[in-house]
Amino acid sequence: MASAYTQSFAIEGKDFSRAGAASTEIKSILKSLGINAVVVRRVAIAAYEAEMNVVMYAARATLTCWITPEVVRLCVQDEGPGIADVNLAMQEGWSTATHEMREMGFGAGMGLPNIKRNADEFSIRTEVGKGTRLDIVVHIN
Amino acid sequence: MACMQICPTEAIRVRRRRVAIWHDRCIDCGECVRVCPNGAVVPRTSSFSDFSGFKRTIALPSPVIYSQFGKDVRPAALLGALRRIGFDDAYDVACASESVSIAIQEYLDTVDSPRPLISPFCPAIVRLVQIRYPNLLSHLIPIESPMVIAAREAKRLAMQTYDLKENEVGAIYITPCPAKMLAVKDPPRRRHSFVNGTIAINEIYANVVRALAEQGPNDGDGEIRGLGLGWPILGGQVACLKAEDCLAIGGVSDAVRVFEEIENGKLKDIQYIEVHSCPTACVGGSLTVENSYIARGKVLNLVRKYGATPCQDRAKIRELYHKGFFSLLGKIPPLPLQPLGEDVSHALQALNQKRKIFDQLPGINCGACGAPTCSALAEDVVRGEATAEDCVFIAMRQFEQLSATLLEKVQAHSEKVHGPKERTS
Repeated sequence: MASAYTQSFAIEGKDFSRAGAASTEIKSILKSLGINAVVVRRVAIAAYEAEMNVVMYAARATLTCWITPEVVRLCVQDEGPGIADVNLAMQEGWSTATHEMREMGFGAGMGLPNIKRNADEFSIRTEVGKGTRLDIVVHIN
Repeated sequence: MACMQICPTEAIRVRRRRVAIWHDRCIDCGECVRVCPNGAVVPRTSSFSDFSGFKRTIALPSPVIYSQFGKDVRPAALLGALRRIGFDDAYDVACASESVSIAIQEYLDTVDSPRPLISPFCPAIVRLVQIRYPNLLSHLIPIESPMVIAAREAKRLAMQTYDLKENEVGAIYITPCPAKMLAVKDPPRRRHSFVNGTIAINEIYANVVRALAEQGPNDGDGEIRGLGLGWPILGGQVACLKAEDCLAIGGVSDAVRVFEEIENGKLKDIQYIEVHSCPTACVGGSLTVENSYIARGKVLNLVRKYGATPCQDRAKIRELYHKGFFSLLGKIPPLPLQPLGEDVSHALQALNQKRKIFDQLPGINCGACGAPTCSALAEDVVRGEATAEDCVFIAMRQFEQLSATLLEKVQAHSEKVHGPKERTS
């Protein structure tokens, strides 16, 4: 029997104090499954960056984590402003973060490129005024 | 049960009214020792008789000891008192802390390894990294602790002076905490160290007070100097470094928060993090006597008084560093917890089972089942360490169902024998 585990997390926009809670939980789940430390770290970075993007820009989102013996799949579907120019947003150092966000150490324009770097498969779909959906896959072996 | 609730790694269970510590999860932080109102959690300590096999014993007191007695007691006088209570010699460790600080600075200046670097001197924190953050092992700075550096040096001197072999000299660390004690004593946790045993500060305290009264506060030769005296307090290590962007963190829960961030790829612009499992660092160790805030004040006074003059020649220490004098002895291996299943596929099934059990639990983490949280109980059930009925809420629900069924049966039986019960309005 193929085994899989799914868990969803609600992420609230602007809630900086809870930011990172979902990625912490996902990490602890992956560790309890005995998954390789390098894979755990890649998923952690991708999940954390995705979570921070929601906290900084969107109203809310659902992060769904789907684990099989072969892959960890993350899907982040947000209700938010969407991204006008995806190609630009995928460039390192490009950011629409406000001065305050940068003061707090966020918004270095590394979020999406960092997610892509740590993922084996990555896709982004976005509609201005509606929201953005990220699909991230990290292979376990 | 305070111990079970406070344990930062959920390593304690209460079974049949007795406390059990799961050693594969325990990081030796000593929080349980601190909070137990009945004194039931007692670390295994050594006594003087354990060291009778050595021809010569040397006390290596943690510099915490300098903050445990009257404020007029000079550090050098404490070394005198330790000789008086039965050690053949006593050797200061604060000076080794200064050397180690210089070595850390040199490492920061010359080695390009993943940042931030994490201090490896609190054995409880090292164990936390081994068990829960194997990803961060490469961030631990591979430099030996002042305890080991001082022990090796003290032994070398004794062997030279008295023409002894290494196994004839016993180096005994006077410890403020069980973490150091277990790092020395417990074989699976121990890397090669030159320390042969440990005695707790609170165990020799009374004898030292008596010895100090006998000898007077001004006995003891020389003076102990340097910023190494500040190592026992939070920020003491960082204060010895010239590197900017250093942090000092005390307490396991804050350490966990910062380790999570580093794992998420954050804090890369921080150079060095001094981390202690005790919130107030080593002066707050659970085997100390003095209130940790008063002890902190005394350490600050010592630093003001004796800190300005270094005890080591920086150029000489740098040279020793490049010869490998401070290199970590042995490797620190990862010690991850047993996964939920033999492979990912089995572990995933167990994880689903765990969630199914968890969903039946009340989620109030009352601890009455003997596990610290509902989530921990659910996991214990999956691992075969507990049953869902250990939860009083589940047991009560089952009892209610059982008694309802029984009642029905009794009523049915009684109706069969005595006829239907007459209704009263």
